[in-house]
Amino acid sequence: MKHVDEYRDGKLARAIAATIAAEADPTRDYAFMEFCGGHTHAISRYGLEDLLPANVRMIHGPGCPVCVLPIGRVDEAIELAKNPDVTLATYADLMRVPGSRGASLIKAKAAGADIRMVYSTLDAIRIAEERPDRQVVFFAIGFETTTPPSAMAVKLAEARGLTNFSIFCNHVLTPSAIRAILEAPKTGGLPPVRIQGFLGPSHVSAIIGTKPYDTFVAEFAQRIVVSGFEPLDVMQSILMLLRQVNEGRTAVENQYIRAVTPEGNRAAQALVDEVFELRDSFEWRGLGAIPHSALRLRERYATFDAERRFAMTPIVASDNPACECGTILIGAKQPADCRLFGTVCTPETPMGSCMVSSEGACAAHWTYGRFRDRARASAGRAAS
Amino acid sequence: MCLAIPAQVREILPDGMARVGLDGVVKEISTALVGDLAVGDYVIVHVGFALSKIDAVEAERTLALLAEAAGAPAEAMA
Amino acid sequence: MSETREPRLRRRRMDVKSGRVDLSHGAGGRASAQLIDEIFRDAFSNAWLDQGNDQAAFDVPLVPGGRMVMATDAHVITPLFFPGGDIGSLAVHGTINDVAVGGAVPLHLAVSFIVEEGFPLADLKRIADSMGRASREAGVPIVTGDTKVVERGKADGVFITTTGIGVLAPGVELSGDRARPGDVVLLSGSIGDHGVAIMASRENLGFETAIVSDSAALHRLTAAMVAAGGTGLKLMRDPTRGGLAATLNEIATQSRVGIRIAEEALPIKAQVVAACELLGLDPLNVANEGKLVAVVEAGAAEAVLAAMRADPLGREAVAIGEVIEDDRSFVQMTTSFGGGRIVDWLTGEQLPRIC
Repeated sequence: MKHVDEYRDGKLARAIAATIAAEADPTRDYAFMEFCGGHTHAISRYGLEDLLPANVRMIHGPGCPVCVLPIGRVDEAIELAKNPDVTLATYADLMRVPGSRGASLIKAKAAGADIRMVYSTLDAIRIAEERPDRQVVFFAIGFETTTPPSAMAVKLAEARGLTNFSIFCNHVLTPSAIRAILEAPKTGGLPPVRIQGFLGPSHVSAIIGTKPYDTFVAEFAQRIVVSGFEPLDVMQSILMLLRQVNEGRTAVENQYIRAVTPEGNRAAQALVDEVFELRDSFEWRGLGAIPHSALRLRERYATFDAERRFAMTPIVASDNPACECGTILIGAKQPADCRLFGTVCTPETPMGSCMVSSEGACAAHWTYGRFRDRARASAGRAAS
Repeated sequence: MCLAIPAQVREILPDGMARVGLDGVVKEISTALVGDLAVGDYVIVHVGFALSKIDAVEAERTLALLAEAAGAPAEAMA
Repeated sequence: MSETREPRLRRRRMDVKSGRVDLSHGAGGRASAQLIDEIFRDAFSNAWLDQGNDQAAFDVPLVPGGRMVMATDAHVITPLFFPGGDIGSLAVHGTINDVAVGGAVPLHLAVSFIVEEGFPLADLKRIADSMGRASREAGVPIVTGDTKVVERGKADGVFITTTGIGVLAPGVELSGDRARPGDVVLLSGSIGDHGVAIMASRENLGFETAIVSDSAALHRLTAAMVAAGGTGLKLMRDPTRGGLAATLNEIATQSRVGIRIAEEALPIKAQVVAACELLGLDPLNVANEGKLVAVVEAGAAEAVLAAMRADPLGREAVAIGEVIEDDRSFVQMTTSFGGGRIVDWLTGEQLPRIC
């Protein structure tokens, strides 16, 4: 696979790891957050943790849209799917996301709801065309990467005169979430955390460009390196962050230059702007309400908005109070520090957001990394 | 989220669609978000849409930078 | 940082009173294992079933020293015809393989069909002909059968259940609980071919490959392995639903050991890797229908591997790892980067992911 295999070369990775180890200042501790689940996946999947020096720590951020979707929104989607007129089309990732009282779309489907898994919004449009007798609702989730395909579906539905298609919009915005994490110490809404730099999103940035991150340097003296999702991209970006720290610099840098420009994909931005507008506030599972952090359909496209078409009423539901997802997502705790982790909370029966998708911090640790816990525990005992 | 993978444009189809290939796997995708493409271009594919074109020159530059990042300590140790 | 403790999994039992079967119960992951454990094993429990293998070995009464193996498999697949086979050949191969990986020589098959009203006779004939061909090629005849027709909508075309019996040579004792630290793990060839071929032939996923299913009867390969390995051959398994990951986890759990494999040793075709990248799947979780995993004593590994490579279906056989001591029964993998990761069961149904 061209443009993939080059970035999965293990030998090169070990050599870059050697550079990181050589340049990491042993008197410092480095803590970087990879915002995206895609990076979390690469780190866990390739065992990159084992290649990094002990004083370089990666914090797994909230950049997994399935993970941060609040329980209430899942409940609303399940309610919608129970409507006998509705066919709910969804990305497969959402099928197992738990709502309240253990409910999920996969269980709702087993109980008779008409739920179809689709790979693309175009498939949802096709279902609507084939079944004019059904109200087809696309369960739209995702960051800036996944929003343009939803906008495209709305435009297509309008152009083709589809009156039986709508979307249940849950699209969220990356910069607002990064801001929420950075403002946590100030607002007091979340416990403080010391992050010295971010691995910036790959494909979100392909759409929005690198400019939206400039403000984090100006306002918060932060470091951002926009990084590709392949493991060597991640290694190189960590090296770039480490060098910024060592040199006392704070800047937005772009490692993923082969796909990301400062301006991003303007056509996609224009399309999204035409169809969607900012919500005043949106609830993020594990992080709470974040202002201006999500999108909804503009008035002009109200007819394609499932929330309006079906007069959906918001459902408020809360996580298990023992769940530590909020503190794990901002790096204040690690998955194994949570009492629920691996006891009642596993990928089969997730209690909190971080266990929901394999990109979540807890699920990634459970699925790929938990073999390290025992060594870590005995090292901890030896040290104390 | 945002699982996406580079694939090569094999055939431009009508209505803003294209056939792309990835190591012998062929898929039809929408290219409506990226504008003009030519056969042979690489695009990043996400949920059936091309999100952006891969810049071959910048890709070469990245590989050179990777080699540099990997080479530095080896020379120092030698 | 607080000290990391080791979690003790408190598995919640299934909600039998108001719960329902969902797709994950059929996907070969933990949910499937739980369904079998809490519904079927509870109801059927006996010494043979409790061995937890894909087949049961039993003594034949009145025949001193005689031992046989029995296995059954229900086949439901969409589409019914796919590159490299169809539901008929698959039903023959699948059951022969379940008998064969128990170390037995398969003798006979029984088959039952559940057919949906309206199903084209031409398709049924095509499937039956394919089954006949597959069983003749394997030298394992279908000796009895049954057919039921259900109303339209009560089944999806045709469902086929095959049952097989075989005989065990004296001294052959294979079981999933026999892996010990130091044993070597062998794999007969490339993984993920069947699953990718099936997914590619499903219209709604919209991709094309030249990959064909690896569906094949493995009994000649297993016979060669039994002969070459002797008592050093501990167990064999065919990694079907749930893929190699599920099979290795089953072995680790049954034997109460750990397994460590090397990513670089795994044979995976480039097209399978590419298709998995597009769909967000891990080839380790993707189904196979003509591959097997064997655990052998280190001393017998070379002889068994040579025997495998001498068979057309084991030409690409490789050693992929070793059995290690681990009371947590983790399957671990050394990645191509030299890091470590766990290879877990598939969670839920294998579905295309976008993230």
